[in-house]
Amino acid sequence: MNFADLWKRSRTGVFAVAMALVVGILLLLVAGANPFEALGVIIDGSLGSTARFGDTLMVWAPLVLAAAGLLITFAAGLWNIGVEGQIVFGAIAASLVAREVSGPTWLIVTLALLAGFAGGGFWAFLAGLLRTYGKVNEIFGGLGLFFVAQALAVYLVLGPWKRPGVASTSGTEPFPRESWLPTLGSTRLSWVAVLVAVIAVLVVFYLLRGTRFGLRLKAVGKNMRSAFLLGIPTGRYMLAAFALGGGLAGLAGAVQATGFHHKLVPSISGGYGFLAILVAMLAGYAARWIAPIAFVFAMLAVGSTLLPLKLGLDSSVGGVLQGVLVLFTILAQGWQARRQNRSDGVAAGPPEPPIVPGEVG
Amino acid sequence: MGFELREIHKHFGAVRANDGVNLSVASGELHGLLGENGAGKSTLMKVLSGFHQKTSGEILVEGEPVELRTPADAMQHGIGMLHQDPLVFLPFTVLDNFIIGSPGPERVNRREAARELATLAERFGFNFDPDTPTRRLTVGERQQLEILRLLWLGARVLILDEPTTGISAPQRIKLFATLRELAADGMSVVFVSHKLEEVEELCERVTIIRAGAVVGERDLPCPAAELVELMFGGEVEVGERPIVGLGPPRLVVSGLGVQDRLASVEDFDLEVAEGEVIGLAGLEGSGQRIVLDALSGLRRAQTGTIQAGGRDLTKTGYRGYLAAGVQFLPAGRLEEGLVAGLTLTEHFVLAARSDSFRIDWDSAREEAGRDIVDHFIKGTPESTAESLSGGNQQRLLLAMLQDNLSVLLMEHPTRGLDIESAAWVWEQLLLRREDGTAIVFASADLDELLEYSDRILVFFNGSVLAEVNARTSSVDELGHLIGGKVSR
Amino acid sequence: MEATLASILAASTPLIFIVIGETITEKAGVINLSLDGTVLLSAMVGFAGAYESGSVIVGFAAAALVSALAALLVAYSSIALRLNQVAVGFVLFQLTGEMSAFLGDPYVRVPGPTVTYRPIPLLEDIPFVGKVFFQHDLVVYGSIVLIFVTYWFMFRTRRGLKLQAVGERPEAAHSRGVPVNRLRYLYAAGGGALVGMGGAAYSLGAKIGWSEGHTTGLGWIALAIVIFGGWHPYRAAFGVYLFGALQFSAIKLQDVFPDLTQVLGTLPFPIMIFTLVLVYSDQVRSLTDRYPALRGILGSDPPSAIGTRFDVD
Repeated sequence: MNFADLWKRSRTGVFAVAMALVVGILLLLVAGANPFEALGVIIDGSLGSTARFGDTLMVWAPLVLAAAGLLITFAAGLWNIGVEGQIVFGAIAASLVAREVSGPTWLIVTLALLAGFAGGGFWAFLAGLLRTYGKVNEIFGGLGLFFVAQALAVYLVLGPWKRPGVASTSGTEPFPRESWLPTLGSTRLSWVAVLVAVIAVLVVFYLLRGTRFGLRLKAVGKNMRSAFLLGIPTGRYMLAAFALGGGLAGLAGAVQATGFHHKLVPSISGGYGFLAILVAMLAGYAARWIAPIAFVFAMLAVGSTLLPLKLGLDSSVGGVLQGVLVLFTILAQGWQARRQNRSDGVAAGPPEPPIVPGEVG
Repeated sequence: MGFELREIHKHFGAVRANDGVNLSVASGELHGLLGENGAGKSTLMKVLSGFHQKTSGEILVEGEPVELRTPADAMQHGIGMLHQDPLVFLPFTVLDNFIIGSPGPERVNRREAARELATLAERFGFNFDPDTPTRRLTVGERQQLEILRLLWLGARVLILDEPTTGISAPQRIKLFATLRELAADGMSVVFVSHKLEEVEELCERVTIIRAGAVVGERDLPCPAAELVELMFGGEVEVGERPIVGLGPPRLVVSGLGVQDRLASVEDFDLEVAEGEVIGLAGLEGSGQRIVLDALSGLRRAQTGTIQAGGRDLTKTGYRGYLAAGVQFLPAGRLEEGLVAGLTLTEHFVLAARSDSFRIDWDSAREEAGRDIVDHFIKGTPESTAESLSGGNQQRLLLAMLQDNLSVLLMEHPTRGLDIESAAWVWEQLLLRREDGTAIVFASADLDELLEYSDRILVFFNGSVLAEVNARTSSVDELGHLIGGKVSR
Repeated sequence: MEATLASILAASTPLIFIVIGETITEKAGVINLSLDGTVLLSAMVGFAGAYESGSVIVGFAAAALVSALAALLVAYSSIALRLNQVAVGFVLFQLTGEMSAFLGDPYVRVPGPTVTYRPIPLLEDIPFVGKVFFQHDLVVYGSIVLIFVTYWFMFRTRRGLKLQAVGERPEAAHSRGVPVNRLRYLYAAGGGALVGMGGAAYSLGAKIGWSEGHTTGLGWIALAIVIFGGWHPYRAAFGVYLFGALQFSAIKLQDVFPDLTQVLGTLPFPIMIFTLVLVYSDQVRSLTDRYPALRGILGSDPPSAIGTRFDVD
């Protein structure tokens, strides 16, 4: 490959990164901060020490899990915006195990992770049922279920699972030590969480790439009618995509509950579900890019928590940069497609999903 | 009001939908525009009504050259078009449909509009409740509403694109009466149709279009055979074909009743023997597609039974039919068959009836490579389906069929294909037939029907008008039957 | 009782602007999924604008402008770039939300200007009605007027019919000389501006001030109520007030069921889903087909072309 080709293939990405940097620098200048100093703080804050690196990986793990799950639903042409709710419900299920089951750590942790997978899968399956049988678009069904799961978490925290004496939104009583995900040394880094995330992304990569299931799922996502005519039971495949994708999101919830907070808190999902959608978009819906992109996102998230302390900046800088990066990436795809003689445009994302509830076939 | 089209070209990318069309229609003339589906009639009329921008050429209205960039421009010059599927807003009321797009003060005066609608409707003997949602109107009534609206806006040229599709016989008679009345008032009417009989019934003059160009213009009446010949090309010589010994019945259909929004078929019987080829002829929408849908399990039959290969499939779903060796290739190759965005290799893997979980991509690619060569597909294992030409897409679809099919159903097997691809498609189909597959195909190509079928069922208005022996029939006879005329 | 109704009315004001705005945008066929973020950003910009200039009007204008720009970006991505409206909307949701936190940092919990209480003379003295409707600020009155004006505009004016036409069947609108994409830009921006005013109404009226995540969830609720309201201004307003009443009850019931407070607050979403399942069920469909009069209450026709793009030629 010569340089011209390389440039042609990567210029969209280069352009997006450049635009994100320009906008980011401008915003920081507006806020009266030195951009390079800020970048330094972010890098130092996320990679500067073993502990910080561990923190970054603890954000990375649930992000990768949720994003990996989203790849499955995106492959089937579904906008699983209810992923946040699946994380929450997975966390609730895992918390139940962590609170109620006693025994050796390996047993509780295994059961809690399984419960998280089952819980998230179940919650997504409900959205799938609403979509396939109730004709409710998965975006709104999923969002609705997210709010329900969120309310359930709050209810549990303030009600049945409240700390003895005081009900506080700061969470339930911490789980017994035996049900915490084992960590490395004195860091907060749980090798189990990282391992589960790595396995998840590998499984999804393999599933979408090397199996008949994944191929059929892609066919359903790209052209449901043709897929059906080819003999694929499209409804069942969509439900399976929901269950699997939701299951991985539920694992993210289980990791959050048993590996990070060690209790159930109302904001247990940490917004990682929504963030994972951005990760999946930026990865071009390809499994091989999930891990690195999630790592950059995790760095931005963790590193910018130091900004208020060091530079008096708000920690949302990381979030702004993430958003700008994704926005310009898909806009750049649109501009490029338009320039290429307006031939049939490449839509950002899976084929346009029907948005209208009820018009869903 | 008269108009003239000079050397109209309309290209969509590489496709030349109109290739230098000339057409002139005088004031008060009822002019037919006749041609097969895909001949370029609708495109031409959309150019005239401002819906499409012409690639080149000239449009004159009353002798003056005009530029029609939008439908609004066309309407300004008095040109209104009634589309095949009337462009009404289904959830809106009749009255709102009537009003939208009309000039007038910002505040809508519904009472006055209702009065004008009533007056116009009365003149033509139509009857509307202005407050009914348009969804509840029949297709014929939607057309009537659109015609009234166009008249209200001052149309002096009225274009009707296949207006008789989906309307009842009494509605058609009423429509024709209305059009005659309008022409008598000086309106130029262009009646676009592929239905010979209706053009003969209504029009004074007819222009025949084939493959995007005018192939003839005639005053009516004129011998039908002449028009058919112009529409479909020269009379065909039906060649000798091998007589295949017909075996026991593969497909037995009795008393089938099935319907959709536009067409309805009742009491359909059919028996197809092993190795037999049945052609389904008829105007588009006469019931062939819904019969094919029912025979493939895509559409649930309301009455009757369907047996294939000795098994009763009546209550089975689509996948049950597939398992029984009944497969259907619809006409929409990229809509109902292939998956845009997937590669040829992926298509072959999807089509393989294997249940192994893992895909061995190396051997799949190798196999795809072989299939590609075997089926003369111009593409690589890595090409995506949409990057193939129409002919190669059809080759791919044929290559993806199961090996031992009991019954093969097809819709327009060679539509839009070049001659070479079409010939290859039939070569393949005849090979399958020798293996005993029973073939049922719908086509609008009379040559194709006559050349390859054993028997031809001619559909008219949702029922089988006649069954003819393809060996002894002719384009002329078929053309008449398709138009609904039983005897010569 | 009067006090209760009056406070529900006042508390619902921002949501009225947001829901009506998004209803207009969606009627034109554009779905702006970024709402939850744009409302945050506009609430912040509205407050900051009013704080810096000392003028509430400037705050509202700034909020409207920002939110209109976000909606325009969704429309532009769809119309000119052929991108997916959902994808772009979602990214903007994240981005605008984060930007509100970033840019709003200096304004957190700063006391600032608010819209002024302005009871309407004479009318305020009407028993019951006066207290419920006429003892508010101008924004509250504006929200009520907006409902009726929007209804009147959509169903009684030529422009309103064109707006509906564009989102229902663009090719039919085009054939009637309606400039489809131009109107989509226009109503995306117009609806977006109303959404922004809703955000400002929140930070300058309903829940005064700015803090990070000030309005979180409001945008999603609004998107749900647009559907619940069947893209009709009256039904949408009903949905908003119903939601307001539910929230109010949630606060009142706090004493009775202290555990259920948060749960009650999220009820509208399950209710909306339930409504959707019901409305799209075959039974209700056949019912409204048989009795068209019921369609006004039960039926809910989304603009058929919502989320799609329209290319001329």
